[in-house]
Amino acid sequence: MSAVDRKSSKARRFAVSILVVALLGTALVVALAVDIERKRSEGRQTSVALARLEGDLDDPAVWGRAYPLEYQGYLGTVDHERTRFGGSDALPRTPTEADPRTSVAASKLEADPRLIRMWAGYGFAIDHREERGHAYMLDDQTFTGRQQKPQPGACLQCHASIVSANRALGGDDADEAAGAARLAAMSFAEARTHVDHAIGCIDCHDPETLRLRVTRPAFIEGLARLEAARGRPDYDVNTMASRGEMRSFVCAQCHSEYHFEAAGPDGSASRLVHPWDGGLRADEMLAQYDAKGFRDWVHAATGAPMLKAQHPEFELWSEGIHARAGVACVDCHMPYQRVGGTKITDHHVRSPLLDTGRACQVCHPIDAAEIVARAEAIQARTIAMQDTAMNRLMDLIDDIARATRADGGETERVIAARRAQRRASFLIDFVASENSAGFHAPQEAARVLVVALDEIIAGTRVLGSAPGASTSTRITTSNAPQ
Amino acid sequence: MTKSPSGPEDDLDGAQPIPPWLKWAPRLALALLVGAGLFTFQLAGGASYLREDPSACMNCHIMRDQYAAWQKGPHAAVATCNGCHTGDGFVAHYATKAVNGFAHSFAFTTGRFREPLQIHDFNRRIAEANCRRCHAALADVVDGFAAHGEAGACLRCHADVGH
Repeated sequence: MSAVDRKSSKARRFAVSILVVALLGTALVVALAVDIERKRSEGRQTSVALARLEGDLDDPAVWGRAYPLEYQGYLGTVDHERTRFGGSDALPRTPTEADPRTSVAASKLEADPRLIRMWAGYGFAIDHREERGHAYMLDDQTFTGRQQKPQPGACLQCHASIVSANRALGGDDADEAAGAARLAAMSFAEARTHVDHAIGCIDCHDPETLRLRVTRPAFIEGLARLEAARGRPDYDVNTMASRGEMRSFVCAQCHSEYHFEAAGPDGSASRLVHPWDGGLRADEMLAQYDAKGFRDWVHAATGAPMLKAQHPEFELWSEGIHARAGVACVDCHMPYQRVGGTKITDHHVRSPLLDTGRACQVCHPIDAAEIVARAEAIQARTIAMQDTAMNRLMDLIDDIARATRADGGETERVIAARRAQRRASFLIDFVASENSAGFHAPQEAARVLVVALDEIIAGTRVLGSAPGASTSTRITTSNAPQ
Repeated sequence: MTKSPSGPEDDLDGAQPIPPWLKWAPRLALALLVGAGLFTFQLAGGASYLREDPSACMNCHIMRDQYAAWQKGPHAAVATCNGCHTGDGFVAHYATKAVNGFAHSFAFTTGRFREPLQIHDFNRRIAEANCRRCHAALADVVDGFAAHGEAGACLRCHADVGH
């Protein structure tokens, strides 16, 4: 090859390189310009409906066509993720005709058999599992082992998307409260035929305006009674609550303590009621139940008239520092999320410990590992206190059973000790069934457990034995406090 | 176009003369690149980044919160974004702009960044130095009380002083 040739092929390569680089560069620069313009237009809008909202509004997929970003997050609730003290990995199970679920959450009863003794004679002693995503709520309630005992239709007020069913059964003027009452009076199986979906968009959003709204008649009524007791009559949450309050109330309408009040001449349990006339604290609700003489069931080992606490997240959060600072459920469990140039609410509802960046660090600019460590320290301490109280409760149950046998029936001391068991069991359950392991209000959780211990001491005293005299097995399910 | 003098030999060993399109196409492509570059620079408000107006930092809406907070904060009257976030002196000033300008554009364009935004050591040192540039007398006094190794952390306690 001559020098001229080499020069010629070198020049050719150079020309080709320039061409390729310049074209690629142009493509990149144009792509950048397009991206800038797209993000700029996204940034100008806070809410975009891509399609008109029409069709079956019970179906979240219909909303998803108009609001794909929020819908995508909502679909994330099928994920199984756990934190140190809550949630569960998906445990595979072989589906059967009776129960087609292919996975379940871990059993809390297997993890802590004391719960079986605590709830002896009640459905929760048969089957009680860790929480998992909203997507599973309807199936998990439909196929829980608790269905071995007849369950009322009222369960579905919070285990299904219920708005349309309440309306459809609410008569000509679609009175949701009347519809809810009618559903509550049905058996679970009958009521189940009126619902199709787990919680969806329509349960928290007005389809016209997308505004948050409370749809559970029991919550609207319960909050009105609470506010009336606080000197604010005729309270209507949907017209009088601020947007910030609604960011908690839409969650609170289900994540709160309730009971099924007997209604109707046959005394069947059928009305869903929140016990908030006297306040939101555990012992205030307990006083309500005592005043009514209400019981969920009779304890199988002691005959005590028992109460079951159920996921009182709203009540415990209300006593905590975050509530006091005006931080709503949504702020931590559905934090803002940036998608391109748009900021949306993450509709993948989950533990903030799984997303500390968006959930915590917005206000707490400290290391993520440190945030998790602080939260887990609070939770470990609560669980340790709960363990202690639970062990003492096991002792009390043994002592009452023994005293009942010794006395040959319901003596005065047995009745007094049963009352202590009922009260202590509810208070411990309040902390144990609350889904933050005390984090929502650590000191309040500790206070409730101390009141529970006080009840146990009173019950033990009336039976004439000293605390700790019983020899029942100690079980510790948690690590020592840090 | 004249034929290359080395004609037949080229065919033998595979070397070709540069075809005419290879002469004008790269030039056209370069012109396109420059044109598209200028257009994008203009679209992105590129020139605003060379000036000192804080609203330039708002070109990218991600800085809205910081900008709003700065306007209401105590430093709004005495310092701009650049006053605290770029190095002191001509070279350091524009070097900071170049480094951060590239890094931030890259991050925002690709979407590869962590939220909430967190300051890196490079920028923290610059901000810290600027605290001390204006508050030298006070910083000296405070450093006098600090134990060995603890100096140099105005922002540890005053993290929200700017916005």
